[in-house]
Amino acid sequence: MEELLSLFVRSIFIENMALAFFLGMCTFLAISKKIDAALGLGIAVVVVLTITVPVNNLIYKYLLADGALAWAGHPELDLSFLGLLSYIGVIAAIVQIMEMFLDKFVPALYNALGVFLPLITVNCAILGASLFMVERDYDFTESVVFGAGSGVGWALAIVALAGIREKLKYSDVPDGLQGLGITFIIVGLMSLGFMSFGGIDL
Amino acid sequence: MGSIKETLTTPIFKDNPIALQILGICSALAVTSSMQVTLVMCVALTTVVAFSNLGVSLIRKHIPGSIRIIVQMIIIASLVIVVDQVLKAYAYAISKQLSVFVGLIITNCIVMGRAEAFAMKNPPLPSFIDGVGNGLGYSVVLIAVAFFRELFGTGKLLGIDILPVVTEGGWYVPNGLLLLPPSAFFLIGGFIWVLRSFDKKQVEEPDFRIAKHTVAKEGV
Repeated sequence: MEELLSLFVRSIFIENMALAFFLGMCTFLAISKKIDAALGLGIAVVVVLTITVPVNNLIYKYLLADGALAWAGHPELDLSFLGLLSYIGVIAAIVQIMEMFLDKFVPALYNALGVFLPLITVNCAILGASLFMVERDYDFTESVVFGAGSGVGWALAIVALAGIREKLKYSDVPDGLQGLGITFIIVGLMSLGFMSFGGIDL
Repeated sequence: MGSIKETLTTPIFKDNPIALQILGICSALAVTSSMQVTLVMCVALTTVVAFSNLGVSLIRKHIPGSIRIIVQMIIIASLVIVVDQVLKAYAYAISKQLSVFVGLIITNCIVMGRAEAFAMKNPPLPSFIDGVGNGLGYSVVLIAVAFFRELFGTGKLLGIDILPVVTEGGWYVPNGLLLLPPSAFFLIGGFIWVLRSFDKKQVEEPDFRIAKHTVAKEGV
């Protein structure tokens, strides 16, 4: 239990997807102009990550890993090179299913998240989390916690950035830095701030 | 021929994928702490963009509109798997250092963006050239960032001593900050500033203008 909590905190603060690994940067910079939009996207990312990382974990463990197909009578097969293709397929499929499911059963949430869901397929934070999961050899429970934690961390970072950018309209930015340039510098400062969580170990 | 040359050079400076189109930033920041890794990443990405553009363009007339994203994704993912396997076979140490970022070329927005925006509408040859151009545009930014990060962060370039560091009896005190994530953001921010100071057309219009100070005439 303690280990899981530590993993959760670590994936939110210390190994923050956006600020320490630069994942999901494109959407991170593009959709952070308004807090509402950032919050919607953040929640969508948390949901998708919490589902896709464990699912990819099962797929890796029972279909792709070296010797994983032993249950089907092929213990000599190693399909791990197909990993990338399967993960991205799973992510695209899950996003699509979620979109249809929400549209049918939870229209309110669909209207709130709708526009962000397609964007999420190409968000590298989602694929990145699955790849990290494989690289670090997490088991099923750990991958649920890791997925949720890194989603929350990413959401936290984008909402914080949107808050800062909304306040930024009161400041006089040099012409060349206007827009994208100053955003990079802000994210750099935020990442510097997040580094101070580095020593935390539960 | 003029247009082909233009297709190749426009994305390098005028319409740079990283500085202007905000595409493919994730990996740009993550792999730039060492020059060698950066070069490998640039070659890998340029190859993937060029060939995915070529592939998508070759079958663009046969792709049904509703599933085009999935088709593009499969072409890209297959190419990335090839690149990943080649790296694992011939440059294992570097592929370990790049860790997940080779895989992340799949979701690199440059690849997807160019396939969707250019290759779907143009014949194979220009699409291929456009892919190479965008790959080079990406590489220019990455190499510039990696140059500063490695040179001033460790005093070395591609493992060769350029600035002799203090711990080995030289005079240069390495700036450790440059090896940490935040510095990449500052460097790209600065790079954009420099690029836009030269090319004023790229400056973004601010959403809000700060009003000039008003001077109370009676008071003066």
